[in-house]
Amino acid sequence: MAENGKPKLALYWGSSCGGCEIAVLAIHEKILDVAAAFDIVFWPCVMDFKYSDVEAYEDGEIDVCLYNGAIRNDENLHIAQLLRRKSKVMVAFGSCAMEGCMPGLANFKDREQMLQFIYKDSPSTDNPEGVLPQLRVEVPEGDLELPEFWNTVHALDQVVPVEYYLPGCPPEAHWIEIAVGAILSGELPPPGSVIGMNVTVCDECPRTRSEKKITRFYRPQEIIPDPDICLLDQGLFCAGIATRAGCGALCPSVNMGCRGCYGPNEGVVDGGAKLIGALASVLDAETPEEIDAILDTLPDPAGYFYRFSLAHSLLTRTRLEMEGKAPVASPYAEVPRLDPSLKN
Amino acid sequence: MCTGRLDPTFVIKALREGADGVLVMGCHPGQCHYEAGNYKAMRRMGLLRRTLAQFGVHPDRIRLGWASAAQGVQFTETVIDMTDDIVKLGPLQWNDTIEDLGVGAFATHEEAVHG
Repeated sequence: MAENGKPKLALYWGSSCGGCEIAVLAIHEKILDVAAAFDIVFWPCVMDFKYSDVEAYEDGEIDVCLYNGAIRNDENLHIAQLLRRKSKVMVAFGSCAMEGCMPGLANFKDREQMLQFIYKDSPSTDNPEGVLPQLRVEVPEGDLELPEFWNTVHALDQVVPVEYYLPGCPPEAHWIEIAVGAILSGELPPPGSVIGMNVTVCDECPRTRSEKKITRFYRPQEIIPDPDICLLDQGLFCAGIATRAGCGALCPSVNMGCRGCYGPNEGVVDGGAKLIGALASVLDAETPEEIDAILDTLPDPAGYFYRFSLAHSLLTRTRLEMEGKAPVASPYAEVPRLDPSLKN
Repeated sequence: MCTGRLDPTFVIKALREGADGVLVMGCHPGQCHYEAGNYKAMRRMGLLRRTLAQFGVHPDRIRLGWASAAQGVQFTETVIDMTDDIVKLGPLQWNDTIEDLGVGAFATHEEAVHG
């Protein structure tokens, strides 16, 4: 508690897009309640604080830290550890901190592939000398250090213990209100809890469902879906069947399949595996050839199934083979097909 | 267990925990006591192998086969065949791949909070 009796609140962004910061402001005028109820001690996005300010706090002096963003370099890790030490309660705020989210998709590549594309190959890059980020640079004022990029993006609880999780990309405003209200009232769920619902997006989705028999998949640009019928019934990939509810089925309500940003439902170890199981079982096919023909209409399955959860999935990333010192990610290039002899 | 009950999580978990490959064997199509269990397994394994290939898991490491209770010879042949394939591919060692990178998780809460 601060001298004025208010609990101390810190907000930080690791590897993130800034959407979670905007989501905090999306609670509109209730942000004034937050400002009135808490003593904000660290929020780099909107207030001028330095890391040294945080270092100067006593251990455990911050009551609540809302940490958004994934952990992908030394700086992210350093601040996550620092805030963990200084905070009584650590909240993984949003999909990046909870399970890696978009930054976690970098785990389909390795560091060298990432740097090669971003700093050399991407069409919008102008870097004729091929300069790559350096860990140390000499300037007249002295040596400058930059944080080191990792091969693997991590979720927050893979590097420090976390008390609560607030899912979503970004979390919906009413869930932020609920979380803040719970913190203020002290009526918090047991540590380790996800602040959210225990059903899937389908339970909130207004569309009409029937027994599923998928004969082919369509990409969103290929058809204009019926506005009232389940998108999956129409062959559009929708992750709602294996995604935690809480958003009010926002995407399916506007003719777009659920992306899966609220992450796997309660008790699920690997959300992608659940999607594979649920989706494959409703294909309308009984022979290896029929099955492969339908699956050929679903490009990039790993991207669909692990769009938000890759960094926190069981496999975490693509396989890295250690050749010499530099690891190389080596996905199998060909699409594997079922053995035709499985027909009988 | 029935191949229709086989959650893809089980296969992925086996790989994550050190298996070099996973062989799933069930009843022949048309012979499922529950009518569709093995068809569901075939669809799931088809999609699972495609997904895992994107992670760099060679499809020969994930295999589906059929054998009835009277087909001991076929069962043995499938196991030998798959073992040969895996030996050619070498160990997968997924845990080592992950642990060597980035940062190790902290052993205890205490360690993380107090260094």
